[in-house]
Amino acid sequence: MRRLFKLSLQKPELAGALLLLVLVIVFQIRSDYVFLSVNNIRGILGLLPETALVALGVTLLMICGEFDLSVGSVFALMPMTMAVLVVGGWPFWLAVGAGLLVCAFIGFLNGWITIRFDIPSFITTLGMMFMARSLTVVVSGGFPPRIRPGEVPSWIFAGFVDDGGLIRASVLWFIGIAVLISLLLSKTNFGNWVRATGGFMPAAAAMGIPTGKVKIACFMICSVLAGFAGMIQSLRLNSFLPSIGEGMELQAVAAAVIGGTALAGGVGSIIGGLIGATLIRVIDNGMVMSQVDANWFKFAIGALTIFAVVGNAWLRRRGRAMKVETDK
Amino acid sequence: MTTPIIETRNLHKWYSGVHALKGVSLKVERGQALGLVGDNGAGKSTLINILSGLHRQDDGEVLVEGQQTDIRNPKDAMGLGIETIYQYNSMVPLMSISRNVFIGREPLKWSIGGFGILDEKKMREDSVKAIADVDLHLRSPDALVGELSGGQRQGVAIARAMHFKSKVMILDEPTNHLSVKETAKVIGFVKGLKAQGVTSIFISHNMHHVFACCDRIVAMALGQIVLDKPVSETSIEEVSEKL
Repeated sequence: MRRLFKLSLQKPELAGALLLLVLVIVFQIRSDYVFLSVNNIRGILGLLPETALVALGVTLLMICGEFDLSVGSVFALMPMTMAVLVVGGWPFWLAVGAGLLVCAFIGFLNGWITIRFDIPSFITTLGMMFMARSLTVVVSGGFPPRIRPGEVPSWIFAGFVDDGGLIRASVLWFIGIAVLISLLLSKTNFGNWVRATGGFMPAAAAMGIPTGKVKIACFMICSVLAGFAGMIQSLRLNSFLPSIGEGMELQAVAAAVIGGTALAGGVGSIIGGLIGATLIRVIDNGMVMSQVDANWFKFAIGALTIFAVVGNAWLRRRGRAMKVETDK
Repeated sequence: MTTPIIETRNLHKWYSGVHALKGVSLKVERGQALGLVGDNGAGKSTLINILSGLHRQDDGEVLVEGQQTDIRNPKDAMGLGIETIYQYNSMVPLMSISRNVFIGREPLKWSIGGFGILDEKKMREDSVKAIADVDLHLRSPDALVGELSGGQRQGVAIARAMHFKSKVMILDEPTNHLSVKETAKVIGFVKGLKAQGVTSIFISHNMHHVFACCDRIVAMALGQIVLDKPVSETSIEEVSEKL
């Protein structure tokens, strides 16, 4: 039992993974065995990389001890910027680069304002959420830009890569990026600084880690990932709307928290964020497939988020109590 | 006469109108164990923060091994061989011992522009060795620092400073919030430093702790040095009176 506790303390994403497994089984049975059918998995895999990429960035930022509410708006701003530029005659790749640069700049502003003026990132990014959303509408001029199918190489990001039409390129992009960020966090000195900064900032600063710069870098990565995810969704649907990604910021936080990331920073893993995002998508889809009224979806995510935080807090308290016992 | 390892000349520091340091001049000799005592607000922490790079003096000079230096940040201080161990612990509780030992100074397998892949094997092996060198026995370098007791944490912090060949170790209230047994352990660590020729500056409220491991006492009050004597020529009573 003690070993189990210790394991769940060191691997906070474990509980989420177990829950995911249980839910998949329940949904599979409740949906008369169509939940795991190829058609349904295609549906889940289409949406998953988009939610999960946003969740990855938010998870990284939360481990660093900060918060980003502007990801949903950046999710819309990046593809809008890109589409407007393409319509304006820019080459596709240049427009993609410009869109990502805009995201990086927004991330930089989020971080710089938060650190320079020493205010909660909750407020900075809440402001940025409104500003970026507004910019998206302004940039579009009120009329969503139209890009004809085939005019841009959408397939590189959203086309199916296999003959059966199950896996989209976005899944591969997502896996690649997830592995990269995961390695960044666990295997590099930068990852060590991120964890130290989020874990206990006075110690990190005293050991000479440039905590401000580390945080700004995380804000930038988070924004770029959100914009990239928005671009994938827009290219998949081939429509560029200023309203996409609304509510995404909180789903991403929920995904990170369900995956075991601590709100206070320092604790969490990329795989946890991924599990959290998968859980959200599976619940969304599974409820429909099990013919549960879809309006319960948000209720389920909300309840799960509270449950995850309470559960993790309880585990940590138990962990501390255990430690005292071993000291005797 | 040898050059002092650290010398301050006429240091001044103001904090929003408060004159926290009023011309502090101090010479710390090589290998000395200096005890710095004083009441809250006496200026001990201000002095230490200047030496460790957290703050900068408004006036005056700092010399390290006879060289005039400008300590702009903690990295500069560490580069000069000055390592500070804070009362709140300069460790991240939710990270492993080996990762804590190398925070900010990670050995890398390869790197580009200062960023690179951690050499985790070296981190583990070196931290085990460093900890054993200060006579601390811990099961595994992968244990979380949060699992250690207060005294063990200070031990790891001292081991870290030793590993990086610090010449001067500043210990800022290292015995705060520790049990009697743990305090004895930390005092043992400090005595060990002297044996290895490391200069130490030990800051404490607790006179007994300072007298137990230092060979020179410097007392501060209201931003000035009010007493500076070898430990053999003074007593707890005399020092207490001056504060």
